[in-house]
Amino acid sequence: MSDVKLTGIAKSYGGSPVLTDITVDFPSGSFTSLLGPSGSGKTTLLRIIAGFITPEAGQVTIGGEDVTRIPVWARNIGMVFQSYALFPHMNVRDNVAFGLGRRGVKGAEAKRRVDEALEMVRLPGFAERLPKQLSGGQQQRVAMARAIVTGPKVLLLDEPLSALDRRLRQEMQVELLSLQREIGVTTIFVTHDQEEALTLSDQVAILDRGRIVQMGAPAAIYERPATRFAAEFLGDANFFAGLVEGGAITVAAHRISAPGLPEGREVTLAVRPEKISLDATHENQVRAKVLNAIYAGANLTYLMEGPGGQRLKVFAQNSDGVILPNGAEVTLSWPAAHTILVEG
Amino acid sequence: MSAGPATTAPALNMGGRRLPPWVATTALLLPAYGWLMIAIFLPLGAMFLFSFMTATPIGTKEIGYTFDQYKIFFTQPYMWQVASWTFQIAFATTLICAVTGFLAALALARSGLGRSQWVFLILILLPFWTNGLVRIFSWTMVIREGGFLDAVVQFILPEAASVGFLYSRPAIVLGLVHGYLPYMVLTCYIAISTIDDAIVEAAESLGARWWTILGRILIPMAAPGLIAGSVLIFVPVVGAFMEPRILGGPQGVTLGTVIEDSFTQGFNWPQGAALSFMLLAVVLAIFATFSGVLRRNAEL
Ligand SMILES: Nc1ncnc2c1ncn2[C@@H]1O[C@H](COP(=O)(O)OP(=O)(O)O)[C@@H](O)[C@H]1O
Ligand SMILES: [Mg+2]
Repeated sequence: MSDVKLTGIAKSYGGSPVLTDITVDFPSGSFTSLLGPSGSGKTTLLRIIAGFITPEAGQVTIGGEDVTRIPVWARNIGMVFQSYALFPHMNVRDNVAFGLGRRGVKGAEAKRRVDEALEMVRLPGFAERLPKQLSGGQQQRVAMARAIVTGPKVLLLDEPLSALDRRLRQEMQVELLSLQREIGVTTIFVTHDQEEALTLSDQVAILDRGRIVQMGAPAAIYERPATRFAAEFLGDANFFAGLVEGGAITVAAHRISAPGLPEGREVTLAVRPEKISLDATHENQVRAKVLNAIYAGANLTYLMEGPGGQRLKVFAQNSDGVILPNGAEVTLSWPAAHTILVEG
Repeated sequence: MSAGPATTAPALNMGGRRLPPWVATTALLLPAYGWLMIAIFLPLGAMFLFSFMTATPIGTKEIGYTFDQYKIFFTQPYMWQVASWTFQIAFATTLICAVTGFLAALALARSGLGRSQWVFLILILLPFWTNGLVRIFSWTMVIREGGFLDAVVQFILPEAASVGFLYSRPAIVLGLVHGYLPYMVLTCYIAISTIDDAIVEAAESLGARWWTILGRILIPMAAPGLIAGSVLIFVPVVGAFMEPRILGGPQGVTLGTVIEDSFTQGFNWPQGAALSFMLLAVVLAIFATFSGVLRRNAEL
C-alpha cells in the first residue's frame, strides 16, 4: 500500500492559475473524492498525480517516493476515464491483460489474473467479447478490471460514472466501494456530484477555483463547512449575515446566535435546511412566509422568504400530512449549536 | 396488420395519384446510375471491345476479332520483366508512402499544434495542386548529375563523387512518392484523429512505452486509413507513366509506359486496351484480398 502526498502543487495555463498551492495527503488505502464544480481544476490535479501534466511547482510522492519527474508509464498507477477508453480493437481479455504484458506477466499467469480481475468486477465469461459488444456499465467494469489487475499503487478515477444513468450509477458506486475495500488500494476519485462524494469517500477534498477550500470526512465537512462555497456546494444551506453584538447577529429584529462568534465583526452564518423546524422549539427563531411547497412524497421542501427578504429553504418530514399553503406566515427555529460560522 | 395508404413507405404523389415506391426509387437513382453508365461503363466497354480487335479501329484497315492481344506475356516474354519492375516500383512507393505518411499524419494529429495543424496539412497537400509535369521535371533538376543535390553534397564534402540518380528506378519511386504521399497523409490523419486521447493515455498509465503504443494501439486502430491510403496509391502508381518516362529514362519501362506507347507511338489500341484490362484484373484481385481486412476493421 502507498500513500500519496502533494506538496505545494501549482499549475497555470497561459498565465491564469488553474491550481494554486495544493498540499494534500491521501493516506494509504483511503478513498478520497476530489469534489468541485466544472473548471475547478479536479482533472488537472488528477493528471498531475498520474504524470500526464508536470506541475510548475511542488512535489508528488507516491509511497514515499518522489515521482514528480517520473513519467506516467513508470508510476505504477491505475487510471479509469470517463470515456472508458477501452482499446476497441482488443477483446476484454486483451484489454485487461495489456498492463500485465507491460510487466512481463504472460501466459497462464496472465490468464489467471485476468480471470480473477473479471471475477472481481462481476464480469466472468465476458473475456472474449469486444468492447463495443458491452453496455456502458460493463465497459466501465472492464476499465476498472484493467486498472486494478496490475496491482497499482494508486487508483485514479476521473468522473468514471457520470456517463451512466442514475440507477446504474448508484449500483456501480456500491460495487466500486466494495472493490476498493477488498483490494485496499489508495483511491482518488474525481466527481462533481456531491452525493457520490458523500456516500463513497473516507475523505472529501473540496476544490474551488484551483484551491482546496476544505478537506475532511464527509460528515465533518457537511456539519462544519468552513466556507460559504463549501456549505453551498456540499448540500444546501441558508445564510444570514450581520454584525456580532452580544454573542448574536440581528436580522430584521430577529437575533441569531451561534457558538464562538467573534464580538464586533461582520460574519456569515449558515444553517442546513433539515436542521430548521416549523415551530418555535429552538433558540434561534425567525418569521418567514411560504413562497412555494415542493411535495416529494416522504418529505417536503419549502421555499420561503425570510425576515431580511432573503430566500430560505426548509426540509420537512411529511409526518402529519400537513402542507403549508403559499403565503402562510410561520415561525422557524433551529438550535444555535447547528448554526455554523462560515467564511464569506 | 393494416397497410393503408397512410402507413405505406413514402411514395411520390403525382397529380393525386399514388405511384408505387419502386418508381420513386428508380426515378431518384436514375441520374446517378445513368451518369455512372455514361462516364465509366461506356468508355470502359468500348475499350474492352477494342482489346479483342486485330487493329486500331480508325482508318481503312479491315478489323477482325482475336484473343492474341491477351497473349502478349507469352509472345513477348520480356513483358514479365516489365511487370516485375512495375510492381516492385509500386510496392516500394506504397511502402515508403505508408511509413512516412503515417508518421507525418501521427505528428500532425497528435502534436497538439491546435489550429496550426491546418497550415501543415495544406503544406503536405501542395503536391496535389502542382502540375504533375512541373513537379516531376523539378526533380530532374535536383537529382541529375551535377544538379542541386550534387551541389549541396559537394558543398559539404568537396571531394565527394556525384550522388545524382536521375534515370534510375529509385528516381521513379522518389517522384511517385512525392506525388502520392498526400493520399496517405490524409487517410491516416483522418484515422488517427478519431482515436480518443484517453485511449493513448490509458495505455501509458498501464506502463506502455511509445513503441508499444505505436505498435499495439495507434497502428492497429489506424489500419483502415493505412489500407485505404495504400489502395489509393497503389492503383494509380501501377499504371503511372509520366514519372517512369521522365525520371526513369531508359530504365523507365513499366506497364504504364508500355500501355501509353501502344496508344500513342505504336498506334496499337487493342494492345494497350488488353494490357490495361490485365492490369485492372490484378488490381481488382489485390482489392478483393484487402476488402476482407477493411471490412473487419470497419466493424470495430
Ligand atoms: N490544456 C489546457 N489548456 C488551457 N487551459 C486548460 C487546459 N486544461 C484545463 N484548462 C483550464 O483549467 C481549468 C481547470 O480545468 P479542469 O482541471 O479540467 O477542471 P475540472 O476537471 O474540475 O472541470 C479550466 O478553466 C480549464 O479551462
Ligand atoms: Mg474534469
